[in-house]
Amino acid sequence: MKRKSPSKSPSKLPSMAASVSRRVFTGGLGAVGFTAGIAPFNIVRAQGAALKVGVLLPRSGFQAGIGQDCQRGVDIAAGLLKDMGLPSLQIMNADTETNVDVARSRAEKLIGEGAQVLMGAFDSGQSSAIAQVAEQKGIPYVINIAAAPPITEQGYKFVFRNFPTAGMILGGAFTAQKEIFAAVGSAPKTAVFMHVNDTFGTSMAGGIGAVMPKFDMPYKIVETIAYDPAARDLAVEISKAKATGADALVMVSRLNDAILLTREMVKQRWSPMAIMSMGPGWYEDQYLKTLGKLSDGPLSFVPWYDPNKPLSKTLEAALAKTNPGVSLNTNHVYTFEALLIAADAYKRAGSADPKALADAIRATNITNNVSPGPGIQFDAKGQNDKLKISGIQNRGGKLLTVAPKEAANAKAEWPLTPYDKRA
Amino acid sequence: MPFDVYLNVAVGGLLTGLVYGLMALGLSVIFGVVRVVNFAHGEMMTIAMYIAIVLFSALQLDPLVMLVPIAAVLFCFGYALQAGVINPFITRPEHSQFLLLVAIAIIIINVLLIIFGPDAQSVQTSYSYDSFQIGKLIVDATKLYAAAAALAVAIALYAFFQFTAIGTAIRACADNYTGALVVGLDVKHLYALTFGLGSACVGAAGVMLVLIVDVTPSLGPAYTLLAFVIVITGGLGSMPGALLGGVLIGLTEAMAGLIFTPSAKSMFAFAILVLVLLFRPQGIMGKKAA
Repeated sequence: MKRKSPSKSPSKLPSMAASVSRRVFTGGLGAVGFTAGIAPFNIVRAQGAALKVGVLLPRSGFQAGIGQDCQRGVDIAAGLLKDMGLPSLQIMNADTETNVDVARSRAEKLIGEGAQVLMGAFDSGQSSAIAQVAEQKGIPYVINIAAAPPITEQGYKFVFRNFPTAGMILGGAFTAQKEIFAAVGSAPKTAVFMHVNDTFGTSMAGGIGAVMPKFDMPYKIVETIAYDPAARDLAVEISKAKATGADALVMVSRLNDAILLTREMVKQRWSPMAIMSMGPGWYEDQYLKTLGKLSDGPLSFVPWYDPNKPLSKTLEAALAKTNPGVSLNTNHVYTFEALLIAADAYKRAGSADPKALADAIRATNITNNVSPGPGIQFDAKGQNDKLKISGIQNRGGKLLTVAPKEAANAKAEWPLTPYDKRA
Repeated sequence: MPFDVYLNVAVGGLLTGLVYGLMALGLSVIFGVVRVVNFAHGEMMTIAMYIAIVLFSALQLDPLVMLVPIAAVLFCFGYALQAGVINPFITRPEHSQFLLLVAIAIIIINVLLIIFGPDAQSVQTSYSYDSFQIGKLIVDATKLYAAAAALAVAIALYAFFQFTAIGTAIRACADNYTGALVVGLDVKHLYALTFGLGSACVGAAGVMLVLIVDVTPSLGPAYTLLAFVIVITGGLGSMPGALLGGVLIGLTEAMAGLIFTPSAKSMFAFAILVLVLLFRPQGIMGKKAA
């Protein structure tokens, strides 16, 4: 490339200056003034335009119920973000159909249609697929719910997760369990571990083996039973679990299987000392509604919300207004927080440029939040490693937080009331 | 593991297998006579399940009491479907019939999704959580009632085909289509009647299954596949074969889950299918093609 000689420029300046008339100068001054005048409005316009967020959730398929539940978190976000003084979001909905390949293609389609941030997708397998697309296209992706550790171990620059990994859930669950055992003065000696054999379930199962020895738990796992998440009948699984004679049942499940398993326990007349779940299902509204008094008792050790935080109360009130009778849960909380992260980052970035947004998300420090722990921050891998795990118990159709102590609003009831002794 | 665990699981598998058998019986009857493979079979069953749920939640009508009326509704649906939509496709290539029934299945799933939403729904009868204990054997009450009803429906269907004039005429159509036309039988009406009977069977099976499993609009395809596995194992077109296939698959899934791992239940059911296809392609009770 040929470089222009700088020495020639000064020689041209006098002739240029000579050719500038008063009219041209005045016009130029006016243009400069106009440009300067509208510059602040340009900035305001950039921040005022809604950020396009592609929301990927399993709205059909066997996770459809949970996907629809996450959508409630999306629906209540707009008003709350506005009240918090954050920019508005333009939600672009997409259905992953509970299918990894569909999740990937929908993510590509959303980006093609102008999505500036992606959010979703509840499931680890689907989220992994979306993360690959987001990284390839250079579009920030905030994961609402997905626990498989590898997602944030790939060195991705555009992928962020405000949800604990399987290892964090297990570590937090064991800590909370020990806190409960100490509080009630009793602990199981043996447990049978049952889990769904999807991406989340197998990750958790792998994590149990790796994490449990570090916590010196009072019980040992005497049998591990994996089952299909789409199973129609879980009688065999409960027969096998009952035959172990274990004191407690440790679970990693989904909603439908949690209901099926409870029914089978009642029918097969098996009431363990405790049901300790480390995943969804056992605390969900449909579980409580479907099983009535039989839903009481299970302890769930899950990423939850701190009922004592002010924003939790605001979120609870907003949900009660739009969805009367629906209890605030993990799906709503982490979906809402994912949108909060996007809106907060957009405000700070002042632009929808993907790189600027990704940098802003990486620098997130939200202390006025809902989930337990000091707040929302991301480590170098894009993982919020400060999240705490709560112990919650179903009691009379309500969900009470029994651990950790600093985020609790009740004491645990122990042991589980046998199913045949419930009035 | 104690023997009573094996016994409990085997009895549970047997009872579930009988209901599976009734569901597959409908598919087998339709194929045996009309020679159309009903790819919307599982979806038709979900229609019956949702009718049972609506009747129970709105009027507190027990699904077992509503078994006959719901089967009758499905009979009418099946009859109308065959007479109005499928009959014109009888002489068309098989791929046209296949696409037609897959399209019907997709329409049913989506209509149910629009009406009932994606959440799983169930029926909570007074006996939903009951079980009978005989020594160390614990029998699930709902499975027992459902299996007994499945057996009763299968026997009634067998008697209908063996001992009534219409049943004989339908068998004549199945044996020799041209011959049936020559002797003046109204074959299209008989085909519609058969499709209606197959639909009534799957409707009855759905009413019983609603006591055992939760229903979602997307439940159908899994049961369509299961019905295929059962009828191919038992023998396509054979009524006793469908029941036997159901019991075999139910027992295999249960025992494989207990002895090996529950997540491999379906694998063993498919392994049986592969073995049958390899060593007895016509199915256990199927007739060899001439």
